[in-house]
Amino acid sequence: MNGPRRARDLVRAYVRTGGLTRPSRDLDLSALVRSTTVAPPVEASGEERRVLALCSRQRALSVAEVAAHADLPPSAARIVIARLMDHGLLTTPTRAHITASPDLLKEVLDGLRALV
Amino acid sequence: MDSAPSSEREPVPPPSSEREGVAYLPSSVTRSTKLLVAGHFSVGKTTFVSSVSEVEPLRTEEAMTHASAGVDDVAGLPHKTRTTVALDFGRLTLNEELVLYLFGTPGQPRFLPLWHDLAKGALGALVLVDTRRLAQSDAILALLEEQGLPYAVAVNEFDGAHRHALDSVREALDLTADTPLTACDARDRASSLHTLITLVSFLFDRMEPTP
Ligand SMILES: Nc1nc2c(ncn2[C@@H]2O[C@H](COP(=O)(O)OP(=O)(O)O)[C@@H](O)[C@H]2O)c(=O)[nH]1
Ligand SMILES: [Mg+2]
Repeated sequence: MNGPRRARDLVRAYVRTGGLTRPSRDLDLSALVRSTTVAPPVEASGEERRVLALCSRQRALSVAEVAAHADLPPSAARIVIARLMDHGLLTTPTRAHITASPDLLKEVLDGLRALV
Repeated sequence: MDSAPSSEREPVPPPSSEREGVAYLPSSVTRSTKLLVAGHFSVGKTTFVSSVSEVEPLRTEEAMTHASAGVDDVAGLPHKTRTTVALDFGRLTLNEELVLYLFGTPGQPRFLPLWHDLAKGALGALVLVDTRRLAQSDAILALLEEQGLPYAVAVNEFDGAHRHALDSVREALDLTADTPLTACDARDRASSLHTLITLVSFLFDRMEPTP
């Protein structure tokens, strides 16, 4: 977070590469995020503030939901969220990387069956 | 919507940092996973996601540069044509800890970069097909096979559409014998949920070590 240039830099990087800039970490659109702060740091950009204002400390949202509510394209939202995570302002409640395992599929199946 | 694990019922009042009108997950939910709902334009993806989602489906828009997709169907277009691809998605909270996201995935091959991102980490895909335009599903099935993403197929039965026997659909789409093929009404929640159950049963069965 250094100064008011970052928002412009972000937009410029995004436009330059047609939305294909990589975020600083591998963030799936379905990854969950929560905030860790009460107030955004003074140096946060407009987009960072928008994302922080949206994220809750108690109840998670996915990266895709943050993108939709903050009115950011998913690729831009991932960059902003990854940066906020790098700064410890956002965190994920998920302990380990989730992969398709028989246990997970069984859990999904049971969950879906319970909804019918 | 009426089945939303409602945030209203949470005992603690929302902290001031939460925004009104945003459907946050219950605080006990800490894990997420995803499925794709794939299919060609206007096959019923958005309808499907809306009917099963527990929250009002959301939409984001990604700007794509045709040329950056590196595919040949853009030949003849001005070099830097940009289009917007809408991605709509919904979610289902499956138990106290786990939430499932459903991403309606645009089928056009020129959106390939977005596709790769969506497919990565997905459990599998439900491919919606329209019997009046079966040939348009070929490219999508090919893409999924290329990416090694397992899928099930569901015929979205539009009113007035000629009802094909599922066997002839299977043949026309050249599906393997074990690929689940069902019919559904994307506007109907129970019908749509059943197709998801068929898909996930298939995903589960193919993972179980066969003796
Ligand atoms: N009659 C009928 N119409 C449907 C059905 N599913 C979708 N539609 C309609 O078909 C159109 C395209 O559906 P949409 O969900 O937007 O398709 P998408 O482009 O794949 O997201 C919309 O006007 C829907 O209302 C269905 O099962 N039956
Ligand atoms: Mg749609």
